Amino acid sequence: MRFKTVTSPHILRETGVGPVMRRVLYAMLPGLAALIWFFGWGVLVNLLLATAVALLAEAVMLGLRGRPLAPHLGDYSAVVTAWLLAVALPPLAPWWLTVLGVLSAIVLAKHLYGGLGYNPFNPAMVGYVVLLVSFPREMSAWLTPHGLGQEYALTLVETLRVNFGGELPARLSLDALSGATSLDVLRTQLGLGMTVTEVRNSPVFGIVAGYGWEWAALGFLVGGLWLVGTRAAAWQIPLGMLGSLGLIATVFYLIDPAHYAPPWFHLCSGAAIFGAFFIATDPVTASTTPRGRLLYGAGIGILVYIIRGFGGYPDGVAFAVLLMNIAAPTIDLYTQPRVFGARRR
Amino acid sequence: MSGRLYPFHGGLDLPSHKNASNGRPIQPGPLPERLVVPLRQHIGAIAKPVVRPGDRVLKGQLIGQPDGYISAAVHAPTSGVVTAVEPAPVPHPSGLTDLCVIIDSDGAERWIDREPVDVRRLHVSEVRNRLRNAGVVGLGGAVFPSAVKLNLAGHCERLETLILNGAECEPWITCDDRLMRERAAGIVAGLRIMVHLLDPREVLIGIEDDKPEAVAALNEACAGTGFQVRAVPARYPSGGVKQLVKLLTGRETPVDGLPLDVGVQCFNVATAYSAHRALDCGEPVISRIVTVTGHVARPGNLEALLGASFAELIAACGGYQDGVERLIMGGPMMGFALHGDEVPATKATNCILAAGAGELAPEQPVLPCIRCGACVEVCPADLLPQQLYWHARAKEFDKAQDYHLFSCIECGCCSYVCPSHIPLVQYYRYAKNEIWAQEKDKERAELARRRHQARMERLEREQREREAKLRQKAPPRAAPAAGDSAGGKPDLETAVARTLRPAAEGRTSSPLPVAGEESGVKAGVPSTADGDR
Repeated sequence: MRFKTVTSPHILRETGVGPVMRRVLYAMLPGLAALIWFFGWGVLVNLLLATAVALLAEAVMLGLRGRPLAPHLGDYSAVVTAWLLAVALPPLAPWWLTVLGVLSAIVLAKHLYGGLGYNPFNPAMVGYVVLLVSFPREMSAWLTPHGLGQEYALTLVETLRVNFGGELPARLSLDALSGATSLDVLRTQLGLGMTVTEVRNSPVFGIVAGYGWEWAALGFLVGGLWLVGTRAAAWQIPLGMLGSLGLIATVFYLIDPAHYAPPWFHLCSGAAIFGAFFIATDPVTASTTPRGRLLYGAGIGILVYIIRGFGGYPDGVAFAVLLMNIAAPTIDLYTQPRVFGARRR
Repeated sequence: MSGRLYPFHGGLDLPSHKNASNGRPIQPGPLPERLVVPLRQHIGAIAKPVVRPGDRVLKGQLIGQPDGYISAAVHAPTSGVVTAVEPAPVPHPSGLTDLCVIIDSDGAERWIDREPVDVRRLHVSEVRNRLRNAGVVGLGGAVFPSAVKLNLAGHCERLETLILNGAECEPWITCDDRLMRERAAGIVAGLRIMVHLLDPREVLIGIEDDKPEAVAALNEACAGTGFQVRAVPARYPSGGVKQLVKLLTGRETPVDGLPLDVGVQCFNVATAYSAHRALDCGEPVISRIVTVTGHVARPGNLEALLGASFAELIAACGGYQDGVERLIMGGPMMGFALHGDEVPATKATNCILAAGAGELAPEQPVLPCIRCGACVEVCPADLLPQQLYWHARAKEFDKAQDYHLFSCIECGCCSYVCPSHIPLVQYYRYAKNEIWAQEKDKERAELARRRHQARMERLEREQREREAKLRQKAPPRAAPAAGDSAGGKPDLETAVARTLRPAAEGRTSSPLPVAGEESGVKAGVPSTADGDR
């Protein structure tokens, strides 16, 4: 009898890039549900639009690069990128904003660098930053978290009209719908010389952080912990990021509680939780050594605090992630684990 | 008995599939009409054949002599007639042939005179010599000559720990499990021989805890000996030497070293058993336990004669079932796939796995590395497999070595977990082979360079000697003068001089070679001055 020869190992775990990426999508569901509840249909519209554009862009780029379509479209990496970006967009963002962001992410940040596995920068964050610096007005038009079914909530049809036609329903003005986020409020009010306690009385605040936002953060925390628990994401990165952010916020809070927000506010605001579990953990652009991942996460946490507290933007997860992306190869170089049997350093 | 364990990093919990073959006792293997016995069944120099076609051999008779220190003897697995000593296919990933002694069995199974010896009465070097001549090699798969490993040879003053490896961590394989269950006393007898040679402070037997019967059998056999049986968690690759040493003693074998460097020596349980057979029974290694499993009618363990073909062993287990796609020697993690089953069982054949599609990984497209680090988590050598892959793929072999490529034990854990289905181990093997080839090239180039240099020096020397001789033969003044004035004609002039003065040559040649050199050297540079004078 003649047999085929293949090199060992002859058995493989049932896994794949697709299943890993799908798990990331599942893990985002609780947080997404909270976002949709508080910010309306717009979140869902952004999500679907981004997904469609991402898959289309991915297919076109794969075609142009002469790569097989099926295995790469089936790896769900483009969908993950689309979702990460969509979550970061204001719910009533005009359609072209979403399209432009997704194209920047997939075409510019991913495929021009060589596609899956070769991009040095987190594609979703590149897309987000391109939009943030190019269209600051559109990007800061966040809705006030009213909750679905409340007075100011838009219906699905109304939302689509806003997204695709820019037409607000006659009964509402944009000012009535949108408002500053808790991080915005904190930033501007502290700049006006108010204390944290005074600022906290603003209605945009909830129990520990921004009203509505904190529930989304909780949802992403639940999904993120599951993601880390199933080893689909490295636990060191969220630990490093949230640990350093919490630590540095605690230090400043203890020094001057009147002018620095408490650590729990920082941890539950903006994109901290979401970024720690879903954005910073993108394996392609993160550090890969166990110790390196801790450092990489810690670096992001510190940068987030610096940008929030002293920088020009209310939140800084995207910039922090991109900055640490550049540092990842260097971190990897200096954090190699001790090889079995090598002398202890 | 239990002692502290020191877990190694990484590893995998694999589906064991051991139930397929560990339920039935070891069966005697078939007696084939023809045995093809490779003369290289061990690491080291191939054994020198000591039989010729037409010779009658007895079962257990020496047919291949160890050649050099790292080598092992080979014996006739049954009685019969040697029909050929020629290259034949052997189980090797390359599919190449190797020198084999081919024996037609006479069916009588007539033994040589078997002489048991009392080890305690022999000098240790004599015991080692007997093991070497009995062809005892590591039967865990590495087939390193055991006599070499049973000699501390100044490596350390006293051996701390002797470990017997009964971990058998690869899925499907159960030959050691059955051996331990059925022949624990023989294993312990062999262990005593090893203890006699190595005199260790402690003796540990490591067995994975998914083999409770084997643990129990060895515990019983070890009663009163002081040897300790340690059940270790079933986690691949706990049977790897470095991993087992770490697991049982907490000591890490140095990157470029041997377990002996940390005072540990390790043998497979089947090796101990064969040492016992060799000395206590006088039977050299002519058979081994082989697990035949997978898609065969009656999976189980055979005591197979070395040289019996895989086809015959599979036939003895009821033959193939439908759907066999790959024939693997060894386990599914580190074993290699064979082109065909017409190859002989050797001392390295612990398992023959006839794998069907259900047992094998489906063919999947290879995607780019997403640097997820799953490979880092499972690597028992604490390497960064993704970096090794990156550099191996880019043919940056020096960088791959910076990342400790040669610490890779090729266990396959990284490939097993890779979500992108990258055949990582294949890249590491490729890189290692390339580096070895480059080193060989370098050595060859260096050798050629030295040879060339030596040749140039020799030619120069000969030239000098010739010139010196000529100068000596020529009249002391005429020669340089002729050389200068006639430009390119000194040879002609001297040749003329030589023919004119044959008698002078005879007279002056013998006592003055040194003086001749001297004058030659002198003449070399300041010849014009000489000529002017």
